[in-house]
Amino acid sequence: MRDAGMPRPASYYFLSFVFTLFVLFLYGPMICVYILSFQGPTGGMSFPMQGWSLHWFTVLFDGNGRGVGDIHNAFWRSMRMCAIMAVATMLIATAAGMSFRRRYPGSNFVFYSAIVSMILPGLFVGFGIALTFNIFGLKSDWWHSGLGAQLTWSLPFGLLIMFIVLGRFNPSYEEAATDLGANSRQRFLYIILPIILPGIIGITTAGFTSSYQEAARTSLNVGTGNTMPMELTALLGMATTPVMFAIGTLTTLFMFTLVIVTLVVVARIAKQRQLRLTRQSA
Amino acid sequence: MKIDSNFNAEVVPPPSAGADAPEVRNYDVELVALTKTFGDTTAVNSISLRIPKGSYCCLLGPSGCGKTTTLRMLAGHETVSDGDILIHNRNVTDSPALNRGTSMMFQSYALFPHLSSLDNVAFSLKVRGVKKEERHARAMEYLKLVQMEKLAHRMPAQLSGGQQQRVALARSLITRPKVLLLDEPLSALDPFLRVIMRAELKRIQAELGITFVHVTHSQEEAMALADIMVVMNQGEIMQAASAREVFERPTNAFVAKFIGGQNVITLADQQVAIRADKCRIAEGLGGRELKGEVIGTEYQGNVVRVSVRTEEQGELAALMPDSRFFSGPVKVGEHVTFAWMPEDEHKLSADPKAAAAA
Repeated sequence: MRDAGMPRPASYYFLSFVFTLFVLFLYGPMICVYILSFQGPTGGMSFPMQGWSLHWFTVLFDGNGRGVGDIHNAFWRSMRMCAIMAVATMLIATAAGMSFRRRYPGSNFVFYSAIVSMILPGLFVGFGIALTFNIFGLKSDWWHSGLGAQLTWSLPFGLLIMFIVLGRFNPSYEEAATDLGANSRQRFLYIILPIILPGIIGITTAGFTSSYQEAARTSLNVGTGNTMPMELTALLGMATTPVMFAIGTLTTLFMFTLVIVTLVVVARIAKQRQLRLTRQSA
Repeated sequence: MKIDSNFNAEVVPPPSAGADAPEVRNYDVELVALTKTFGDTTAVNSISLRIPKGSYCCLLGPSGCGKTTTLRMLAGHETVSDGDILIHNRNVTDSPALNRGTSMMFQSYALFPHLSSLDNVAFSLKVRGVKKEERHARAMEYLKLVQMEKLAHRMPAQLSGGQQQRVALARSLITRPKVLLLDEPLSALDPFLRVIMRAELKRIQAELGITFVHVTHSQEEAMALADIMVVMNQGEIMQAASAREVFERPTNAFVAKFIGGQNVITLADQQVAIRADKCRIAEGLGGRELKGEVIGTEYQGNVVRVSVRTEEQGELAALMPDSRFFSGPVKVGEHVTFAWMPEDEHKLSADPKAAAAA
């Protein structure tokens, strides 16, 4: 430990420099995007700024089609998939996590096969699914092949989070509940679920965001309508105006809001328990 | 304390077929050749025990002796490999935990962290469908029994170890168990609190008149609490008797050494135990004598413990009143005579297995 008043070692300045570079590299380009999204109406896709305006946000929402393609529909298509994926990931990961608390024949196989799909190259997973659907003469569509392809991505994450959450769950709570006469439904509803609820909310959010950003697997299996990442990739190729940056700014805001809402909800669960207690003891 | 006898949520199942239940019940718990094996290792080896009605029973032994496994089998949290468990004359060997009439207090208390003390205590009533108002009123009654009614709305994380334990006790007692099982309930507390809670447990047991089965590795705790003290070692019962009986007449060398305050001496192939407080550092008393060197003196207030190393019997100890010690104190390194009277010798049985069957 460094005593107060002692000079900092040289390594401190070196590491601070490296850290600053890292932060600049990480957030610098994004900050450029946010700034450029407020470009004046006559400005282009690079600096210098030609004044400041919300012009490009207006262009995005006016929908006169100039350089925004099918982005509105793509957004709602993405939202639909994200919502379904969030719920599906949460339900399946929770159920699987519960089942994995006891060893059963083949549990290792199920576990590793779930994890493997996380490290396989996404494009090939997507291609394989598309090919299989094709062999069976099925036309890929968002609600079967699309959701399925996305599950190969979000589910392993959900499972891993669930393992961590349940790994920290003290099994004597459940034994105590059994001892006090709770059946398996009551044990789950009254004891396990409330204790792991913050983890479950986390998995839901993770399912939502991983679906929102997934393109490699989705693009080959989603059928005719593009999702957000696909539409954005297409737009980037022919972008001519800062409207792209406006999309970037809004998308970032949207995701940040989602994460913050999740954190607030989780914090509220904790606080409610405190509140209930102060109210009752008052 | 008054416990509402109209409360009929407790369902008493009929005696299982084959169990001949006599009218008069002498024992609350009976273990018949109870065995538990984990793979190749035998944790509990065919133990048999009868715990008389309404007694405080302590299972005592070093770690790994099978005491906790025995308790968990009693509770129904561990399956039985062989043998039978009877509670109130009913064979519960294969009954689920719920139907045994037992309630367990866990070592870490296992209070539900998201529920207040009151809701923790009321939990067993909630799962039986008792209405909120009634179950809270009843839970409050039990919190009063453990003097925790003022902290009824605190969360477990806001309670001290001793308070958590009181809540856990109330939570177990509200199920109105026939037998309360306690897994090292005092081990998480500081020594001062341990003594207070120990007295509290004994008071509550006496008030309720039900059997408590208390697992501990502390002989001091067991002596203070037990009506019946069960000393276990390596999955077997070494001795099951009153604390006084165990202390004055240990069955074998293991019990004598584990209980402490005893010297184990081999005299012509016969092991005997002599209480350290009956031993003297003096010559010419007319009893048996051994020469030795003082290797330590320990002042304990009212008594002083003198450790002597002898050629023949190794290390021995004499406990003497402080007045006697200080009237003729001995120093470390001094050569002394270690003496005792033959009538204070208590013969030990050589074979622990033979002792276990007794």
